[in-house]
Amino acid sequence: MIRATRLLVVLALSSALLAGCSKSGVESVQNGYRGTGMATLYDKDRVAAQYAASQLPAVSPAAPGEGPTAGQIYQNVKVLDDLSAAEFARVMLSITEWVVPKDAPPEQAACNYCHSANLADDSKYQKVVARKMLQMTRDINSKWQTHVASTGVTCYTCHRGNAVPAYAWFKDPGPGHQSGIIATRAGQNTPSLAAGLTSLPYDPFTPFLLNDEPIRVEGKSIGGDANRSSIKQAEWTYSLMVHMSESLGVNCAYCHNTRAWSDWSQSTPQRVTAWHGIRMARELNNQYMVPLTETFPANRLGVTGDVAKVNCSTCHQGVYKPMFGASLAKDYPELRGRKATPAATPPVAAVP
Amino acid sequence: MAEYQNLFTRVQVSAPHYHGVPHTGGGIWGRHGSGGVSHLLGRLGDAQIGPVYLGTLGLASLLSGLLAFEIIGLNMWASVGWSPLQFIRQLAWLALEPPAPGYGLTIPPLKDGGWWLMAGFFLTLSVMLWWARTYRLARKLEMGTHVAWAFAAAIWLFLVLGFIRPVLMGSWSEAVPFGIFPHLDWTSAFSLRYGNLLYNPFHALSIVFLYGSVLLFAMHAGTILAVSRFGGEREVEQTLDRGTAAERAALFWRWTMGFNATMESIHRWAWWCAVLCMITGGIGILLTGTVVDNWYLWAVKHGVAPTYPQSFPTVVDPALVPGVTP
Repeated sequence: MIRATRLLVVLALSSALLAGCSKSGVESVQNGYRGTGMATLYDKDRVAAQYAASQLPAVSPAAPGEGPTAGQIYQNVKVLDDLSAAEFARVMLSITEWVVPKDAPPEQAACNYCHSANLADDSKYQKVVARKMLQMTRDINSKWQTHVASTGVTCYTCHRGNAVPAYAWFKDPGPGHQSGIIATRAGQNTPSLAAGLTSLPYDPFTPFLLNDEPIRVEGKSIGGDANRSSIKQAEWTYSLMVHMSESLGVNCAYCHNTRAWSDWSQSTPQRVTAWHGIRMARELNNQYMVPLTETFPANRLGVTGDVAKVNCSTCHQGVYKPMFGASLAKDYPELRGRKATPAATPPVAAVP
Repeated sequence: MAEYQNLFTRVQVSAPHYHGVPHTGGGIWGRHGSGGVSHLLGRLGDAQIGPVYLGTLGLASLLSGLLAFEIIGLNMWASVGWSPLQFIRQLAWLALEPPAPGYGLTIPPLKDGGWWLMAGFFLTLSVMLWWARTYRLARKLEMGTHVAWAFAAAIWLFLVLGFIRPVLMGSWSEAVPFGIFPHLDWTSAFSLRYGNLLYNPFHALSIVFLYGSVLLFAMHAGTILAVSRFGGEREVEQTLDRGTAAERAALFWRWTMGFNATMESIHRWAWWCAVLCMITGGIGILLTGTVVDNWYLWAVKHGVAPTYPQSFPTVVDPALVPGVTP
C-alpha cells in the first residue's frame, strides 16, 4: 500500500515536471510523407500570444488617385512623386501611425519626427532614412515577390509602432577579453543570441546576410575531394539555420527532410521561399541599409559603428509568416511600387 | 522491500586492512599509506581505501593531464576576462578551439589554435601513459591485460577523432574542440557536413554495440543479483563448480530465450560488446571525409535509404533556375 502510494507520488511529480514545458501543449502538424518524421511543431501558448500581438492596424480609407501628382505639387519629393496628393497624404499619415512613437516629445511628435517647419527640408536624418525605406518597401513589393508573394510588406511589417524595428542586427564583435596569447573564440563559444543561445557562431549575419559567403557545405557526391568545406564552416551555416528557425518559430522539418538536408527534391516549397529570403535580406542590407550608415547619428549605430540591418526576425518576429500572413500591403497600393507612368504619347497600335 | 533488492552492498567485512599481494618486477615505487576504512564508500564498493600505487607512469600521466586541464581551463577563464562568476555561468559554452582550416597541419600561433594543439598533445600523452600504467599494473599483479586492451579501444576512437583523421584530412581544424556544448555542436556539424552520420554503417554498428553493452550489463547484473540469495555473486566458484545459483540463472534465460551464457562467457560477451563499440565507432569516423563525403548518398547507392513518394509540388534548387535573382 505504502509502496503504491510512493509510486503514485513519483508519477505525479514527474508529470508535474513535464507540464512545465508548455501549458496548453505542442501541436504537431505532419508536413511530409508518413514515416519521414517531417512535422511542424507549434507551441500553442506561444502561437496564441504571437497571434494576439499580430493584429493589423486599422486601414485608412483609400485615397483617389486622380489629379496632379505629389511630385508636381510639393518640393523635394523623390520617391512618392508618382502619387496623387491625396494618396501621398494618406501614406504620410499612415507612416506616422506605424512608425512614430506615440509618446514622442512635442518637437518629435507626429510629422515633426521627420519634418522640420519647412516640409521639403532634408535636415532631419529621419526624413532621409524614411525616404530610403519607402524606396525599399516598394522595391520589396515589386521585385521580391519570390519571397513576399502578393502579401507584400508595409512599414508596419517591421516597425509595429516603433521608430526602430525591434529586431534588427549589428555586427557582433563578441564578448572581447582577447589579447596577447589568449586563445581566440573563433567567433563562437559564448551564449549566442543570434543562434538560440547555443555555443554556435554568434554573428552568422555578417558572412551570409551582408557578405555572400557560401552557405552550402554538404557534398554532392559520395567520395572524392571536390568538396572542401570544413566542419567549422558547417557550424556557421548551422548558426544561420538556427536563427531562421527561431525567427520563424518553426523547426528544421518546416523546410528540410532532415535525412538529407541539402537535397532540394526532398525539401518543402517553403525552403525555396526561404532561399529567396536570404538573398532578399542580403540585398536590402547592401542596397538600402549600408548606404545609410553616414546618415544615422552615432547613437543609432552598433558598437562597431555599423548601421542596423535586417535579418529574418526583422519582419517575421517569431512567426512563420509575418502577421500570420495577413496583408496590410493589399490596402496600400501606394507602397507596392511606382504607378505606371501615363505615356506622353498614345501607344502605337501593334502591327499585326 | 526484500533484502536482495537493496541498492547498496549488504555485507561490509570488518577486518584488518589488507595490503594486497606482493607485486613482481620491483621498481622504485612502493604502495603509499596503510589504508583506511570508509563506511559510506563501503556501501557502494569496498570499504577499504588505499594503499595507493602511484608509480612513475601514474605520476607522469597525472602531471601531463593536469597540464592539459590547465591549458584548457585557463584559456576558458581568460576568455571571460578572468571573472570567476562568468566562468561558472558560461562554463558549458566556453571552449578551446582547434586552429582555423587555413592553418592546415602547420603549427599555428598560440592564440589561433597553438594552445589547442598543446592541450591535445598533453592530453594524449596523459591518456597513453595511463594506458601503459594499467598494462604494467596488470602485469605486476600477474593478471591478464583485458582492462588495458579495452581502454586501448577507447583510446583508438579518441585518437581517430583528435589526431589520425585530422592528419589524413590535412587540417587540425577537423578535430574536436575542448568544451562542453562546443564539442556537441561539433558533433552535429560533423554529421551535417558529411551528409548524415546516421547512414554511416560503422556508426550504426557502434550504436548496436553501445546499446548491446547496456543491455548485457543490465541482464547480467540483474541475473546475478537475482541469484545472489543462492550465492550467485561468487561467479568464479560457480563457473567451475556449477551450483544452484548458476543452474537457476541458466535455466531462467533458457526458458526465456532458449539460449544462455555461462558464468564465464557472459563476461566475454560484455567485454567484446564494449570494445567493439569503440573499434567500429573509430572506423566510422575514420572513413568520414577521407573515403565517404556524403553518407546519405552512400546509403542511397547501397539501397539502405528508401525513396518516398513525392508529397509536395516538385521543388528544385532555385540557384539552378535561370533568371532567378541570385
